[in-house]
Amino acid sequence: MNARRTSQITAITGALLLIAIGLHLGGLHEWRQGTLIISTVIAGTPIAIKAFQAIRMKTFSIELLVTIAVVGALFIGEYVESAAVTFLFLFGAYLEVRTLEKTRSSLRSLIDMAPVEATVLRDGETMTISVDDVEEGDRVIVRSGEKVAIDGEIISGKATLNESAITGESVPVTKTKNDRVFSSSILENGFIEVLADRVGDDTTFARIIELIEDAQETKSKTQKFLDRFANIYTPAIVVMSILVYLFTRNIEMTLTFLVVACPGALVISAPVSIVAGIGNGARNGALIKGGEIMESLGKIDTVVFDKTGTLTRGRPEVTDIHTFSRKENDLLRVVAEAEMISEHHLGQTIVREAKRRNLILVNEPQNAEVIEGNGIRADIEGQTLVIGNRKLMRTNGIAISNEVEAYAVEREKSGNTAIFAAIDGTIAGIISIVDQIRPEATSALQELRANGIKQIIMLTGDNRHTAELVGKQLDFDAVYAELLPEDKVAMVQKLKNAGHRVAMAGDGINDAPAIATADIGLAMGEGGTDISMETADVVLMADRLDQFSHAYSLAKATVRNMRQNTFFAVGTVVILLAGVLLGKVFLASGMLIHELSVLLVILNAVRLMRYNNKNGKKETATPILQTE
Amino acid sequence: MKKAVFNLEPLGCPTCVKKIENTLEKMEGIEEIKVLFHSNRVRTQFDESKVQAEDIENTLTKLGYPVVSKKVS
Repeated sequence: MNARRTSQITAITGALLLIAIGLHLGGLHEWRQGTLIISTVIAGTPIAIKAFQAIRMKTFSIELLVTIAVVGALFIGEYVESAAVTFLFLFGAYLEVRTLEKTRSSLRSLIDMAPVEATVLRDGETMTISVDDVEEGDRVIVRSGEKVAIDGEIISGKATLNESAITGESVPVTKTKNDRVFSSSILENGFIEVLADRVGDDTTFARIIELIEDAQETKSKTQKFLDRFANIYTPAIVVMSILVYLFTRNIEMTLTFLVVACPGALVISAPVSIVAGIGNGARNGALIKGGEIMESLGKIDTVVFDKTGTLTRGRPEVTDIHTFSRKENDLLRVVAEAEMISEHHLGQTIVREAKRRNLILVNEPQNAEVIEGNGIRADIEGQTLVIGNRKLMRTNGIAISNEVEAYAVEREKSGNTAIFAAIDGTIAGIISIVDQIRPEATSALQELRANGIKQIIMLTGDNRHTAELVGKQLDFDAVYAELLPEDKVAMVQKLKNAGHRVAMAGDGINDAPAIATADIGLAMGEGGTDISMETADVVLMADRLDQFSHAYSLAKATVRNMRQNTFFAVGTVVILLAGVLLGKVFLASGMLIHELSVLLVILNAVRLMRYNNKNGKKETATPILQTE
Repeated sequence: MKKAVFNLEPLGCPTCVKKIENTLEKMEGIEEIKVLFHSNRVRTQFDESKVQAEDIENTLTKLGYPVVSKKVS
């Protein structure tokens, strides 16, 4: 039964109850009884139908208990009770749906952000079409105040966009040619033309919505337990009611016992908290994938961070090229040509720097080999290049002189990653690359500690000096450097074996195995990359670490809220049952208190939607690794 | 194979979810159903040669869950 029909029947039976009061005051006893019976039948029929449907689906429901109680009340001539109980039950159900809407509203407001139409340029003509009719490859025009309807790359124009629907970050970003834009971003200022490459259900926004919807339907351990409990509890209450009748021979007390023992608030106590918690996370850019994950996240005591792309911005820059044998640009050109095949962010940084210097990269690398976690080896113009870390140099039998080593260490101690570039077995130069620490990292880690994280550890493939410098700046408990992906997995496993509950935060690609090993895997979403969104338990959509500290404290608050609700629901039933057995609580008043307890449980969960972690303070200072 | 998402009025209880699932499961041509209680939506995947989105919409309406809006892709 939907909310509208429930409200209609509630209104009719409410009016009938008022008429019955009038008839009672007018002394028309027979008419009053008739009105009460009609009211009971009108309100009781949908309840009985639902009870029957639930039985057909092999579940015991609260409606079944109410139906038994109402039939019993009619049977013994307690028409006031039967009419009041059915009315209160329906009224409660109506209020429940309305109040539940509040916990659902965070998701609803996200869904409503989806664009409806788009302006596309087809065959030289501009036309406005439904967003469902936009096809891949369409050129989409977005003007000020409009929503981007697709995912794609800007092919012309420049604009300021609000991407809060995707990232939870409301500060607008400026984008121009070759930048990616996402569906449901709002163009605040400017004009862009976008080449659509993801449309409809394939857009990042559509996938986020689907993930959040699925997360809200995924049950937590507590929820699963309560569901099982409710299935045993309801028939148990029927049996106990029979026992109450056998002992007291009081049919009224028995029926009241039956109604007040309903597990309504108990069944709803966990899911409403979870839904409100997930909604809050989504609005703040932290996608928490389900109730069970919410519970696990709230229990972690150790956080392991990858460095590059997680603690740092992931946008490294070449700061210095030191050569030992040839000209700077010449070395950069051949190294960049070799790195063209690399997907590693440091390799890409070198290629980017070469392009920035307008160097022409024409030679294709031959016999190229990527040595994971160490670097690459390739032939360019008949020369063999080995580019990477010390370990790679050693394994390739390339000597590192004292002079080269001293220079590399000096660069590393000032926060750079030193890339050794050897040509034909001799070190030709060192390329220094630096990646800035995220501005919010310090405050986010402080917040995590303030909220109960016992230890924070860094695992990185980067060199020891840079890792230690970052570790010192961010006050880590331990720093492990020069690790391969499998070393990270082993470290996470070791921490788990030592009894810690571990969350691993990474950028979702080379850290994927460690993320999968941890109790909670957390990925930086970068506006929703496929791998991170699919594999991690928690995704930070705006790549902001403070979203993690928010997600953690939110998870704790959600678990707390869930416990409060369960405690309150059980407490209410226990007190009510005691009241019934002591003869202090009656059918209608019992139902009223019962319904109020359901509403209170929902309203307690609604508090979570406004939850904001107060422990942490926003940090304005930007600690940046110095390059010199 | 087509996909359709139906937005419904607020669903009252988890029994509604089972009722919708059980009814749609019996319809020929429906390959996948997901009733999302918290977002009041039904996500379906169906064989358009055997069933149309309108048929699913009519079934939902007959069950007592009128469709507020739908999206077929």
